[in-house]
Amino acid sequence: MNAPLIKAHGKLDLRDVSTFPTRRDEAWRYSDFRRAAPATIEVAPPGASPEPGGPFAAIHGDELAFANGRTANGDADAELTLEGGVQRLRFITDAQGGGWQARVTVRVAAGARATLLETYEGQGAAYIASATLSFVLEPGACLERVVLLVEPADAVSVSIADVVLASGASFFQTVIATGAKLQRHETGVFHPGQGAHVRMDGVYLLGDARHADLTTVVAHAGPVGTTSQLTKGLATDASRAVFQGRIVVERGADQTDARMRHDALLLSDRAEIDAKPELQINADDVSCAHGNTVGALDAMALFYIQSRGVPEAEAKALLTEAFVGEVLDRIEHERAREIVQAFVAERLEGLM
Amino acid sequence: MLSIKNLHVAIGETEILKGLSLDVPAGEVHAVMGPNGAGKSTLSYTLAGRPGYEVTNGTATLDGEDLLALAPDARAAKGVFLSFQYPLEIPGVPAITFLRTAVNAQRKARGEPEMGAPEFLKTVRAAAAELKMDFDMLRRGLNVGFSGGEKKRMEILQMAMLAPRLLILDETDSGLDIDALRIVAEGVNAMRSPARSMLVITHYQRLLDYIIPDRVHVLAGGRIVASGDADLARQLEREGYDRIVAEAA
Repeated sequence: MNAPLIKAHGKLDLRDVSTFPTRRDEAWRYSDFRRAAPATIEVAPPGASPEPGGPFAAIHGDELAFANGRTANGDADAELTLEGGVQRLRFITDAQGGGWQARVTVRVAAGARATLLETYEGQGAAYIASATLSFVLEPGACLERVVLLVEPADAVSVSIADVVLASGASFFQTVIATGAKLQRHETGVFHPGQGAHVRMDGVYLLGDARHADLTTVVAHAGPVGTTSQLTKGLATDASRAVFQGRIVVERGADQTDARMRHDALLLSDRAEIDAKPELQINADDVSCAHGNTVGALDAMALFYIQSRGVPEAEAKALLTEAFVGEVLDRIEHERAREIVQAFVAERLEGLM
Repeated sequence: MLSIKNLHVAIGETEILKGLSLDVPAGEVHAVMGPNGAGKSTLSYTLAGRPGYEVTNGTATLDGEDLLALAPDARAAKGVFLSFQYPLEIPGVPAITFLRTAVNAQRKARGEPEMGAPEFLKTVRAAAAELKMDFDMLRRGLNVGFSGGEKKRMEILQMAMLAPRLLILDETDSGLDIDALRIVAEGVNAMRSPARSMLVITHYQRLLDYIIPDRVHVLAGGRIVASGDADLARQLEREGYDRIVAEAA
């Protein structure tokens, strides 16, 4: 079966300003790329070749690293075939200004169970980055993808993935976004039903004037498939979070079970959260639900914790960590989960 | 120890406490009794520093130090502990994590070294056993799914771990059956010491059968209208609040 066109926009090419999405593109309504990026983007110089490791250095596995969009061989394209184990995929940027675009294809072999630890490690400034990924999961393959986006406040970064699942395949994803001038993480999944499972989760932790956009589209094309989505995040200072989640159930995709939740904390008057959960259901025999909440921290709970001697900032970090913790608990790879939990705790202490 | 003078407190436009004065010397247990709406919870929340409780006049000091200027956590580090009438549920924060965070935050504020994990676990295990609490419960989210009695025991456990100088019990008996009440009261009595003062805030005399106060004060209309020894509590139980409040008026 061929994947239908599920991309939320046309192809982005940093060399061609006419491909830059703007607010007028429905899928980019809250994240105006053209406004954030210059019309002409210089190609970033080659980056320093990185030491192996990164945030997930403690986990044994293979590594593919891009430095300013180039592999160690100087390629901007790479292909990975995963037959099990852990693969680190790192996008490191040390450029001051300039831009790069890279493309990676990841194939997960039939019946294989693999973990992909994908990191965006921004060490430069004011750069424009564009990563395009294609995932192909063969029958019965299982991939857990954990994405950590850690970039400077003045960077513009877009990561767009297409995921095509075969029957009986499982795709599990957790994205941790910390924002940038504009940071967009987009995932489009072709879901064949046929016993395939999708879990797509997200967490965003935003402060200052950072902007993060988590966008997902799941298209259920065949019967008997499940999708479970849980995104939680918080926005403080003058930051802006965008959550766009769309689940489409095509005609004939009966016995689809699809659930989507988005819960957010708005922690400042100047922050903004735009949430757009959508279900498009064209089949009859389905079980679908979505929920969306935006609230504030419970003032009484905060007082209770403070009354035990915990300073306000630490009390807030404790409450917000517990809030997003529900998402992190769903990461199956234990060491990866622990590393992400520690990262989130530290980030929250800095934000509160 | 605790000295409150002419305390006026408003919530929004409404004045709740209207010139309350009260002294609790070191080592003593004082009960504050009063009818509903007298300002009992306002007194406990004001002493603990709940936002929104505006002190419009008067002072509250602990060993001569102004409490009212301090943030809630700073008051706790000075030794103030409020046992909540309705302890909050904090999903996702295991009770044990919460306890350790609180203990070490207070130590840090006082410039003391943090308590290491082994010593902490040993201490908390012993304290939980005293209160007949299942240790596994402490691995769950704080107070989440706890019964009323378990929540109150959790408050006493926190109190035991934090070893406050001034202990404020706000309607600690509410929602407790007689067995839970006895366990909680024993936990409180075990903490009586010459260096510690307690303010027991309650509507009913029942709790004071288990925690015998040195002094009893009647709070009505935002002020202390009568004070006496433990017999005053029994008199209130027999005669109700109306007469004593009317006599004071």
